[in-house]
Amino acid sequence: MKRHALSTRIWHWLNLVCLVVLFMSGLTISNAHRRLYWGDWGFAPEQAWLIVPRFPDWMTIPGYYSLAVARDWHILMAWPFALLLLFMWVAMLVNRHFKRDLMTSRSEWKPGAIWHNIVQHLKLNFDHEGGKFNFLQKLAYGLVLGVFLPMMIFTGIAISPGMEPTFGWLVDLLGGRQSARSLHFIFAFALFGFFVVHVVLVVLAGPIGQIRDMITGGKSDEA
Amino acid sequence: MKRRGFLAVTAAAFVAGCNKIADSDAGSKLLGAAERWHKGAHRLLTNREALAPEYPRSAISPFFRGNGSTDPQNGDYQAQAAENFANWKLEVRGLVENPMQLSLENIRRLPQRRQVTRHDCVEGWSAIGEWTGPQLSVILDEAKLKPEARFIVFRCADNLNGQDYYESVDLIDAYHPQTIIAHKLNGEPLPIRNGAPLRMRIERQLGYKHAKYLTAIEAVASLDDIGEGQGGYWEDRSGYQWYAGI
Repeated sequence: MKRHALSTRIWHWLNLVCLVVLFMSGLTISNAHRRLYWGDWGFAPEQAWLIVPRFPDWMTIPGYYSLAVARDWHILMAWPFALLLLFMWVAMLVNRHFKRDLMTSRSEWKPGAIWHNIVQHLKLNFDHEGGKFNFLQKLAYGLVLGVFLPMMIFTGIAISPGMEPTFGWLVDLLGGRQSARSLHFIFAFALFGFFVVHVVLVVLAGPIGQIRDMITGGKSDEA
Repeated sequence: MKRRGFLAVTAAAFVAGCNKIADSDAGSKLLGAAERWHKGAHRLLTNREALAPEYPRSAISPFFRGNGSTDPQNGDYQAQAAENFANWKLEVRGLVENPMQLSLENIRRLPQRRQVTRHDCVEGWSAIGEWTGPQLSVILDEAKLKPEARFIVFRCADNLNGQDYYESVDLIDAYHPQTIIAHKLNGEPLPIRNGAPLRMRIERQLGYKHAKYLTAIEAVASLDDIGEGQGGYWEDRSGYQWYAGI
């Protein structure tokens, strides 16, 4: 068995492309109205809980301010992003990647064990006893796959007025359309935070081997 | 600083690639197709009569923001406003058996629908207001659409950046029960900022579809010969999506 299944590798890289396009076009959409609100409505500074800084053009798609073009990209890439996530979940459940590598056991949640894990991480000791991933990795990947990425889709659906007649319950569950919009933004930045930490840790763990294995699949369970 | 430079160069290369794709024939077709996939998904998942949420009056926001034209200066709009729109006419024309001219009084005498709904601007903000007016379907039934009519075009009095504002919807949204010609906001005649004396409400789509300062309703078979052919002012001018339910 390879270190990374083919389905994981395909999803990983295609998902990266989707997320980069969605994030960068999303920054343009944020620039169109740089305030976030809670509840159903909001349009003025006094209702905002956050005034978002203007993102410079070089960070955005299309690289200059065009809400229409940014929305074109966002609307297009939402499709492969959502369908690939569905594919990854099916693959993870079928090939038991989820159960074997990602699911945490009760003993891992003991405070002592968590603390030990954090200390090892800070010492940059990435040898994990048994299993493929240590607790912090399981937690991070689990949160990303199980919460952050799906929430991008759910909050995205909740912002679409054409979806609301059918998904009104979802909008209510998220606390109203402007809350859903705020959450869309928060989870996008949670994913960005994950991305930064992920890249830093890959660099510390030896980037050439890590990236090679995510492309070729690597050798059988050497981890 | 060097790392920042590297990041900016990588981003620039990536953006240039994206723009190259968007500018290519296949790329722009793909981007346009994605909009239709969303519309298809929405239509598949949502009954054509399904209503956008309606709120209690207590949910109305204290102010209703206006975007785009908020005080048209072109044509005789200001003169009409000065006489309280007493001579405003709404024309119903195009592919209809009975073309009509309706005064505000005619419109107020039709059966009225009142709805407290949320208005979502494409930029991201929302406001809630109560709108009153006749359903567009009542007027279309009266005018009798010809069988070849496929879209309804909304003509507006305001001229923005040198072009007359207009919008369009297909017959599904035109006949939707919440598609009304509003003449009141929160129980008062429409403020000029929000489209006096008449504006459209297309509740399942974004704000730019809700044409203000409405002068005519036109049934057409194709949008190709209207404006620059993209189906609306912002669609022509900036490439906004014609289907604004996303």
